[in-house]
Amino acid sequence: MPVFDGAAAMPAPAEQTYELRLYVAGQTPKSVLALANLRHICETHLHGRYEIEVIDLMENPQLAQGDQILAVPTLVRRLPEPIKKIIGDLSNTERVLVGLDLRVRA
Amino acid sequence: MPSQLPPPVHQLPKALTGIRGFDEITRGGLPRGRPTLVCGGPGSGKTLLALTFLVNGAVLFDEPGVLLTFEESAEEMADDVASLGFDLPGLIAAKKMAVDYVRVERSEIEETGEYDLEGLFVRLAHAIRTVGAKRVVLDTIESLFAGLKNETILRSELRRLFRWLKDQGVTAVITGERGEGLLTRQGLEEYVSDAVILLDHRVHDQVSTRRLRVVKYRGSYHGTNEYPFLINADGVSVLPVSSLALQHHAPLERVSSGIAPLDDMLSGKGFYRGSTILVSGTAGTGKTSLSAHFLDAACRRGERCLCFLFEESPQQLLRNMRSIGIDLEPWVAAGLLQFHADRPSRYGLETHLATMHHVVAEFKPSVIVIDPVTNLMTVGTSADVQAMLTRIIDHLKTENITAMLASLAPGQNAIERTETTISSLMDTWIVLANEAVGGRHRRGLYVLKSRGMAHSNELREFVLTDHGLHVLDETGVPYGPSRVDYRPEEVGQHAGV
Repeated sequence: MPVFDGAAAMPAPAEQTYELRLYVAGQTPKSVLALANLRHICETHLHGRYEIEVIDLMENPQLAQGDQILAVPTLVRRLPEPIKKIIGDLSNTERVLVGLDLRVRA
Repeated sequence: MPSQLPPPVHQLPKALTGIRGFDEITRGGLPRGRPTLVCGGPGSGKTLLALTFLVNGAVLFDEPGVLLTFEESAEEMADDVASLGFDLPGLIAAKKMAVDYVRVERSEIEETGEYDLEGLFVRLAHAIRTVGAKRVVLDTIESLFAGLKNETILRSELRRLFRWLKDQGVTAVITGERGEGLLTRQGLEEYVSDAVILLDHRVHDQVSTRRLRVVKYRGSYHGTNEYPFLINADGVSVLPVSSLALQHHAPLERVSSGIAPLDDMLSGKGFYRGSTILVSGTAGTGKTSLSAHFLDAACRRGERCLCFLFEESPQQLLRNMRSIGIDLEPWVAAGLLQFHADRPSRYGLETHLATMHHVVAEFKPSVIVIDPVTNLMTVGTSADVQAMLTRIIDHLKTENITAMLASLAPGQNAIERTETTISSLMDTWIVLANEAVGGRHRRGLYVLKSRGMAHSNELREFVLTDHGLHVLDETGVPYGPSRVDYRPEEVGQHAGV
């Protein structure tokens, strides 16, 4: 069993593309911060193999039901499966990586 | 007068629930445009109460509704309430209702940093807009506490949500699970302060009883008692289904007891229509025979009669009454007389009460007989029985139904004492007694009380013959119109004269 220290990234399958959706409700400071945090994390850890779709529930309220969105911001990892949800402004990079299965829980 | 409450200066606008009994005790329903908390333990009927409020709004009051369910999917919910006759899919298709199932799975969610529940607000606002909702039900929002870790955010967002609901002007019902020492597990009562309704489900002597109590209703008078709360095929209802104010009519019309000498004892004209008559006596004193005469006379007048039996089957009663020359069978065949026989222990008191209400409402009788009402007393405590009888009698008076209640007294000497729990509710009280004289049983009857008339205070002897009950005069001879049928050998045989 390989042992990872806290800082080491989990070797993700290189071919896997991450399909991510960020749900926000209007241009609030939290949503702006969440998107900036997400972009930074993806560039660092998933460079070239991720897609981000931002959904503003103020414009498309009917979309909240499908992904069971309650809190905003909510990041949904649609691919690879299983679906994962991370809520909050994504300010804690460690926990976002854990949530995306890019790092094992410490 | 100091003892009377001042009339309300400003009557709070209310939204009718359409739930029988509930709108009476809250004097018009739930506070309009405000949230109400409905709390209770598992299986106490919170969800059904809330859903009935919602469905009735859409169907009866042209107020569309939104259901936000946190525990069951829309499909499960529709299945649950279909047995009550609610067609959720139909209402949803007709845009009279919107249902959104909010599912929170803690294991799927990672929390990082600041967030709010705007997504929930967006969904609710969208649903309200879609159907033009005036009513909203959140069932059970406390589930969020299991799904989200950050309680500080959750609590401040709930506070915001309830304020937001008020701003939307919707009449909302929020259900909550009963907690230890608290009305709800998460202390939701702190946020919803306009009205709080508590449902309770308890078992007494293996009979389960549901109760409802209005704990709080800001700015409104309301009944503060615990009321029986029923869930049956007709949906949910709260008893009393009629108000308990003493405002019945007092009709002057009189109805015959079916026994001319007894009518004579009641100032010559019999009972008042719409009054309640207690017939008490020990076993075998002729209570049922007296009731049978009463039923027979009412049917002869063409009136509809309902007879609740808690001891005998209808067949037994018909046979026994035929043996004393009263044939009730033709009235049953003609549809004028209907029997309802039930074991008292089969249900709780309030279910009996509800059944009676239901049957009375359907059959619309002008006369009813309950034989014996004392058997119901085995089902609950005497306070419960009295409360229930008060409700039945109150209802019957409101409907102007004349009722005769047979009461079985346990022992010879206890006749007048044992019925104190119910006697005060009675307008007329006839006591039947057996007395052993000269080695024989002699039967007697007297009118212990009869409100609003000068009644006889004599004790009269009577005999049961094969053509009915005959009251004898002072000399031991049947008197009144029945004298024609009188055959002396029977009197000697039955009464030992």
